[in-house]
Amino acid sequence: MGDAVVTLRALTRRFHGSAVPPVLDRIDLTIRKGEFVALLGRSGSGKTTLLRTLAGLDPVTEGEASLPERRAVVFQEPRLMPWKRVWHNVALGLRGEAGTIRERALSALREVELSHRATAWPLTLSGGEAQRTGLARALVREPELLLLDEPFASLDALTRLRMQSLVAELWQAHRPAVLLVTHDVEEALLLADRVLVLAQGHLVEDLSVKLPRPRRRSAEGFDALRVRLLGTLGVDEDGHDATARAA
Amino acid sequence: MSVSVDLTAQPASDRPAAPPAATRHGFIRLPKPSHLRRFLVPVLLVLSWQVAAQAGWISTRLMAPPLDIAAAAWSLTVTGELPYHLLVSLQRVVIGLAIAIFAGVSLGLTAGLSKLGEDAVDASMQMLRALPFLALVPLFILWFGIGETTKIALVALGATFPIYLTLFGGIRGVDPKLLEAGRILGLDRAGQIRHIILPAALPQALVGLRYGLGTAWLSLVVGEQINATAGIGFLVMDAREFLRTDVILVGLLVYALLGLGADQLVRMVERRALAWRPSLVREG
Repeated sequence: MGDAVVTLRALTRRFHGSAVPPVLDRIDLTIRKGEFVALLGRSGSGKTTLLRTLAGLDPVTEGEASLPERRAVVFQEPRLMPWKRVWHNVALGLRGEAGTIRERALSALREVELSHRATAWPLTLSGGEAQRTGLARALVREPELLLLDEPFASLDALTRLRMQSLVAELWQAHRPAVLLVTHDVEEALLLADRVLVLAQGHLVEDLSVKLPRPRRRSAEGFDALRVRLLGTLGVDEDGHDATARAA
Repeated sequence: MSVSVDLTAQPASDRPAAPPAATRHGFIRLPKPSHLRRFLVPVLLVLSWQVAAQAGWISTRLMAPPLDIAAAAWSLTVTGELPYHLLVSLQRVVIGLAIAIFAGVSLGLTAGLSKLGEDAVDASMQMLRALPFLALVPLFILWFGIGETTKIALVALGATFPIYLTLFGGIRGVDPKLLEAGRILGLDRAGQIRHIILPAALPQALVGLRYGLGTAWLSLVVGEQINATAGIGFLVMDAREFLRTDVILVGLLVYALLGLGADQLVRMVERRALAWRPSLVREG
């Protein structure tokens, strides 16, 4: 376990005292160095709570969590400071000599193919550009753990595809450990080495994805995994609620 | 059909973006017809006022016609009377406003940035604000006499509240999601204040400054009618004694222009400081 980046032991998180079942119930999780993990779950399953704990935004009150020093988050909404130009947003919070910081920010923007917008105001960016800025802002910190909180959810379908392959490329170039929170089964299978499913505060699935990269939806075995994960989420292939039908 | 499409597309793809940029800088910018139309009604009103006065429909004793006002403004300017009084008034506003900005910003920051500061400052400010500050004139006269201090204090007091309130509101209205992002990016408290809280509060604070300016002029008018010996207000009160409605109207006009000018000044600051806002981004 020497190469573990994240280790959670019996992590529990409650919001409303002890009467209500906890949002996260004794979660055990290890994420290894450079591993791409996707976390699936229905809305309200506690995905975001888990991500916030890993980001260090929520305190650990029950259980143990060991987190790396360098963490970065890309949120669903870009959360850029509208009063700072794009490259200043990327550079925000970096320490060091001014010229070096600028150079690092610009090179991160180059990686997300956004050099031409470096001096633009964030409110003039398109949705995809804003998310790429968010990605550059996370990458420039050279994180050991990169947390992606449904970063493609508010993008249109085409932009989402481009963003997904960009994330895959950047991950292969920099190899941070990634936790991608999503509710999109295909997205999880296109990107992750390992897919977790969270339901009622428990990790009910921990599926290793051994499909060759770059991933294709047409690849052999892709569909079987998709159906299996949908089943775990309680939805059948045609989108019907499997749990409701069973009852 | 495809030929005609090609023809129209050709020049644009040949020299992208260059021609429109060149024309934009090449032309002298004339006011648009819609802007001229806006001034049509005021101009007509002034014209009919002049006509009505000359025809004897309006008593020139009670209401001087526009041409007389212009003549009065001219003679007051060449004698140096108007510039002198203007300078005195401006000085009162500038000093009063400087005090108001200092007080409003200090109090706003204190209350906005800490819970302790809010408890210490906000309740008292809200209570004082509920009091129409012009009602304090008798007290101020007792405390500060009828000299400059009372006038400056009135200006300062009136302008402090809008500046305080909007800055406080702006600071408290900062999007917590941005603060959270700042925390993850490794900003400490000082960094959060500098990079997130203050820039986020600035648009509101500038609105407060504009309100403050409005109140400052109002306080000035009231203040200058208390036994002043100089200033635009004095000029007006003095003219009343001699039934010089032309001079009175010159005074009112100057007040209006000063208010307008100050507002433009803040707008200029806004255009520079808030260049990131979408409405302004599109203009530039």
